[in-house]
Amino acid sequence: MRKLPSYDYIIEAKGVKKEFGFKAVLKGIDLQLKEGDFLTLFGPNGAGKTTFIQILCSLMLPGSGKVCIVGFDPRSDREALCEVIGFVSHHTFLYPNLSAFENLKFYGTMYNVPALGEKIEKLLELVGLADFPNDQVQTFSRGMQQRLSLARAVIHDPVVLFLDEPYTGLDQLGAEDLKQILVEFRDKGKTIVMISHNLDRGLELCNRVAILRSGRLVYHEEISETEIVDFKPIYFKYIEKRPLPFQVAL
Amino acid sequence: MTKRIFEIAFEVVTFLLMFAAIYAIFIYAPIEKTMGIVQKIFYLHVPAAFLAFSAFFITFLASIVYLYKKDQKWDVIAYCSAEVGVLFCTIVLITGPIWAKPVWNVWWTWDPRLTTTLILWFIYLAYLMLRGVVRENQRANLSAVFGIIGFANVPITFFAIRLWRTIHPVIITSEGINISKPMKYTLLLTFCAFFLFFLSLLKNRIKLERLKINTENVKAVYEEIFSS
Amino acid sequence: MIFIRKLWAIVWKDLLSELRTKEMILSMCLFSFLVLIIFSFALGTEVMDLKTIVPGILWVVFIFSGLMGLGRAFGAERDKGTLSGLLLCPLSPWGIYLAKVVGTFIFTAIMEIFTLSIFIILFNLNLLPVLLPIGLIIFLGTLGFSAIGTLFSAMSAATKSRDTILSILVFPITVPMLIAAVKATETILAGKAVAEVYPSLKILIAFDLIYLLIAYLTFTFIIEE
Repeated sequence: MRKLPSYDYIIEAKGVKKEFGFKAVLKGIDLQLKEGDFLTLFGPNGAGKTTFIQILCSLMLPGSGKVCIVGFDPRSDREALCEVIGFVSHHTFLYPNLSAFENLKFYGTMYNVPALGEKIEKLLELVGLADFPNDQVQTFSRGMQQRLSLARAVIHDPVVLFLDEPYTGLDQLGAEDLKQILVEFRDKGKTIVMISHNLDRGLELCNRVAILRSGRLVYHEEISETEIVDFKPIYFKYIEKRPLPFQVAL
Repeated sequence: MTKRIFEIAFEVVTFLLMFAAIYAIFIYAPIEKTMGIVQKIFYLHVPAAFLAFSAFFITFLASIVYLYKKDQKWDVIAYCSAEVGVLFCTIVLITGPIWAKPVWNVWWTWDPRLTTTLILWFIYLAYLMLRGVVRENQRANLSAVFGIIGFANVPITFFAIRLWRTIHPVIITSEGINISKPMKYTLLLTFCAFFLFFLSLLKNRIKLERLKINTENVKAVYEEIFSS
Repeated sequence: MIFIRKLWAIVWKDLLSELRTKEMILSMCLFSFLVLIIFSFALGTEVMDLKTIVPGILWVVFIFSGLMGLGRAFGAERDKGTLSGLLLCPLSPWGIYLAKVVGTFIFTAIMEIFTLSIFIILFNLNLLPVLLPIGLIIFLGTLGFSAIGTLFSAMSAATKSRDTILSILVFPITVPMLIAAVKATETILAGKAVAEVYPSLKILIAFDLIYLLIAYLTFTFIIEE
């Protein structure tokens, strides 16, 4: 359906650095993911997780280094790149005064989705909001907004999905629903990158884990379901305060 | 080493020329017949006006190059030049009325040149303010865009004011000053002196800004070592 | 075609949002009404030559009230946290800018029509015979104001002190637009021939085109981080 350029890795980051003023937030990150990977990115607060994921989905440009998503470079093919990625953040990106249907219709039009009406109905069904298509989003609970935000992110059938703390503000039921949707997405062979604080939620679905600490990727391995129990001590080992090998770069 | 010697020589020449200019203005140049002693402010006013515009033009060019190349060096140049430009523009706006009051009998008139200078002064003050309040990771981009807009505004403002002035006629213009030869030489000398002074100010300001950036970088590295 | 549809989607969503709350348009209109009243008090009941000060008052009111709407163009998106969502959409930054210019233009135009009606009543003016040229001047002026204002709205949305910096940025830049618009309005109200406003119109058109062109070239840099 969609013409995609050829690529070795669906997500590729090489030496990505980013500075805010004089504060180096990312200090050279390399990451390569293959199609169908589900990566969960852990890390303490202020490690640069959100910055990194924003760079991956072209909301921010890398200070130096190269990013390539589905073969697109965010500097030169931003629009083509936007069409193949979806992004769920703890901000819902929804307009509070518009109804659920209107919000999806707006984003659907922006992504030029064919047969939009049916698509929206299907999506609302999927995220369990089929009963409230005409209610304004500001009347929704946080969990309902987060579900709708998920529908918004996948309205154009993205190839890659980025999730920045998607479980924030979801109750048990909502979290289970989100998990179901993610499972479905993963089983369709889509690539997913998720940021999480919550070890259990983060480890449920992924086949890769990575730990980001003060702007560096300190751990990145494949993980199978049996190893999940073993991961926790590893995680804490990397998170605890200890001096990092550093280079002075002026 | 030779670079250092050259730099010192440059500063010394600037210093001496400034002295020569002061001598020329107060001793060498004759007193103008109709305007009297106040005319001497012209030697300060004219070069300052020229250099203020040049400084803003440098900001404009450096902003364009920055957006094209994305090299922080150009952002620093644009910033420093705007600062020096605002300084010279302030000199122009202060010396202008001092001269105008005895000669035109008003402190201020809405002449296109005067008004354009005033608007330009406002614009680049806004430029400096914008730099102060904007978030760091967007500062260079936003100020570069504003630096471009600010200068692009000059010709339209000039023409608009010329249009507007025709309905509020101002009788006096800045024309009709007799310039004798010593006056011409003095003006030329002050021009050179001010030009070197401007270059030296700009150069040192850029140097200072670079030092500041380096210090901040060292500080950031230092903090990182001790935080982890 | 797709570009136009996306553009319209943004404009429509802003209009719909505003229609639900009416927060911005009401405050703009109310503000302009109040400024007009203040002017009436300040000028007294017997103004000698109304026609020479009316254009000035009119445009001052337009710009001050318009400024309230400008900040919202991108400020509202930033506040609601939807700006990133908008930037994620596959539309060029220029498209986003253009949609916001159209939105700002519509809101400002509504406010201006309202202001003009109040103006006619308060200052007892008969604008009907010159409605067309006045309309053209207001159209060109408002277009330039929206073009430059939307650009600065995106800039100020990235700062800490939004509204203050917005007015500091907007006022000096709009001077040529203001002068040309006031001059043209004055000429028309004085009952002179339409041909006499051509120089002003030229400046207004030049202003509009130059700033739309600059925005086209630079808007990408304003939103990228």
